[in-house]
Amino acid sequence: MTVWPEERTASIDSFNTVDMTINVGPQHPATHGVFRMVLTVDGEVVVDCEPYIGYLHRGLEKLTENHDYRQSMGWWDRTDYLAGICCEQAYCMAVEKLGNIEVPERAEYIRVMMAELSRILSHFMFFGAFGADVGSFGTSFIYAWRERERIYDFFEEVAGDRMFPTYLRPGGVQMDLPDGWEKRVNEILGHIEQGLEDFDGLLTGNEIFVERCRGLSPVSKEQAIDWGLSGPMIRATGLAHDIRRAEPYSVYDRLQFNIPTGKNGDVFDRYMVRMAEAYQSTKIVRQCMEQMPNSGLVLNPDLPKTLRIDEGECYVRTEGTKGEYGVYGLARGGNKPYRMKLRSPSFCNLSALKQMVVGHYVADAVIILGSLDIVLGEVDK
Amino acid sequence: MMLFADPLFGLPSWTDAIIRVVLVVLAMTIVVMYLTYGERKVVARFQQRLGPTETGPGGLIQAFADAFKLVLKEDIRPTNADRWVFELAPYATFVPVFMVLLALPFAHDWGVRDLGLGLFYVFAILGLNIVGIMMAGLGSGNKYALLGGIRAAAQMISYEIPLVISLLCVAMITSADTGNEIGTLNLNVIAALQEDRPYVLLQPLAFLIFFTAMLSELHRAPFDIPVAESEIVGGYFVEYSGIRWSMFQLSEYASMWGFSVFGSVVFLGGWAFPFGADAHWSVQLATTMVKSLSFIVLIFWVRTTVPRLRIDQLMSFCWKVLLPMSIVQMLMNGVILAYDWPQELLTLTSGAGAALLVAIIIKRAVRRPSKDLVGTYKTLGAPAQ
Repeated sequence: MTVWPEERTASIDSFNTVDMTINVGPQHPATHGVFRMVLTVDGEVVVDCEPYIGYLHRGLEKLTENHDYRQSMGWWDRTDYLAGICCEQAYCMAVEKLGNIEVPERAEYIRVMMAELSRILSHFMFFGAFGADVGSFGTSFIYAWRERERIYDFFEEVAGDRMFPTYLRPGGVQMDLPDGWEKRVNEILGHIEQGLEDFDGLLTGNEIFVERCRGLSPVSKEQAIDWGLSGPMIRATGLAHDIRRAEPYSVYDRLQFNIPTGKNGDVFDRYMVRMAEAYQSTKIVRQCMEQMPNSGLVLNPDLPKTLRIDEGECYVRTEGTKGEYGVYGLARGGNKPYRMKLRSPSFCNLSALKQMVVGHYVADAVIILGSLDIVLGEVDK
Repeated sequence: MMLFADPLFGLPSWTDAIIRVVLVVLAMTIVVMYLTYGERKVVARFQQRLGPTETGPGGLIQAFADAFKLVLKEDIRPTNADRWVFELAPYATFVPVFMVLLALPFAHDWGVRDLGLGLFYVFAILGLNIVGIMMAGLGSGNKYALLGGIRAAAQMISYEIPLVISLLCVAMITSADTGNEIGTLNLNVIAALQEDRPYVLLQPLAFLIFFTAMLSELHRAPFDIPVAESEIVGGYFVEYSGIRWSMFQLSEYASMWGFSVFGSVVFLGGWAFPFGADAHWSVQLATTMVKSLSFIVLIFWVRTTVPRLRIDQLMSFCWKVLLPMSIVQMLMNGVILAYDWPQELLTLTSGAGAALLVAIIIKRAVRRPSKDLVGTYKTLGAPAQ
């Protein structure tokens, strides 16, 4: 519900009220990390919003310039730290494109499978945190954690680490999947589908939740394109734009999946699109399991111990969990990249925050920020 | 025994009063401590966790550990806080809550004081709660606290009206029950009048309104807007720490318990239903406790399942739904009681009203029933290539 600016001018005429600034963050439960926004409020209505970022800046791009191609893997995990594999995949694809490195087919399927599991991880985190933003006192959070733990446990079995697996390598993946992984993945997928139904019951089926989110901060297709939104944010407006389909990379052209789209681009559509995406991801994982070659190399054996790339420039687009996760790479010889630039979807989506928030209640500002599903590791790089 | 009638041990009445007050304070403290423990356990179960397990058997002395921690913590006062307002606010919140407990009958003729205007006294005193919260909100020198305090004041003043009207409905029925055409506001008598059937059966609508307004007065979900953790991080008590913060918690839980006992006396028959006035006092006390605790578990349940409303939704719900419905209930009571129509008619009309209220809530809440939305994630989207 937008009450600004018509009613605001009226109230100023009659009462001569004074605006108040509220500092939200960097330590605030609604900012999902160390993000800060200064809201100027007229009573309960936000009239201005100024975001401040950079609290989690770690100099990812500079670090990558100063490290061996393989050493940088761990930094890239920590950009979108809710879905490390997706970031690893983008980085590895950039390095492979620079160095013309072949990836074994089995490794491609493993990458896609792990990336889709990461997408589920990230989207479940969104459901949990978004439910908490709307006010469901941690129940949604715990529901999300329950399913996420299962995937994290699987990641630990596969790669030895939960949040930051550092599992992918330029030219494949670090090692093959452990024995009996099919059974484990099938179990996990069953739990994921049950978890989605639980969220359906807890959030989608809740009148208060629907009433809080429906029609809130609608974004039109044109606006979404103008603001450079991507990922679930742009699909919620009705544009079926998904890099996995628009410019298929890896083995996505061999997989059948739907691109969920919303209608109004409001907060509720963003939530529903993510629900549907998590569901589609389970389907993709199942297809990967079927199509994957049963044996074979998972890492290109021809690679030298130290990866040296002569000359090259590339831009790799992948569909990260938050939107278009692009990596621009520039090599000028040696074992280090000359430049690795990250186009992070959270950062671009966040840039539209002011336009979305102004005119809404403070309580809604928190929900709108939550619906962007930003990850500060990715925003601040 | 703490009968209203005779002073304890034949002591002078002022000594008797002090002893009773001390006993109630002790009982309240213990109940509140175990309410915090109970809340953590119950909520944990709703969220598939275990809750406190380490402190004592089953975590039973967790509440004491928490209390010690809170007492030992530093008492911080922000430099731009209004000193006296800031420091007195927790007590200003707590005192009215405690004063409510003085008027409640926990068993037959069993409590601190038997007030002839008990019902009136309770909701008059509960209104004072706002003063402490406003003091905390304005005195903290914090904008979150200010927002929380203003929200709390707006919300509590609004919801007090349907709350009071729903209690008026009860007072109207007592006039038919006592047979003296005047009725009573004495809580002990009101409980005794419900020996055969609790008033919730006669007026489910009033009970529903009372429960909703009670959630709002207590700042519990889905009306926890003044303390909204994800927006204004605790609202009016955001700047408090240590013992002053725990005074706020104490008053919150004590008022929850007080409200629950009050609600069970007024609507669920208190100590009288179903065992009657002749049952042993311990049975009556247990009845009151079970009823009030089931109220509280219901509050916890609601808290774990529903998200928070927005302030404008909250206000329009109060003024456009609850208030008219409570006035309708009062009018129905008036007509039926004035013409001496059978009380079953009261049950029927009020039940219909309650059904209407639920229907209005659902209709208002969604433009399209959310049932249609459930499961749509499976069918959403453009087809596969």
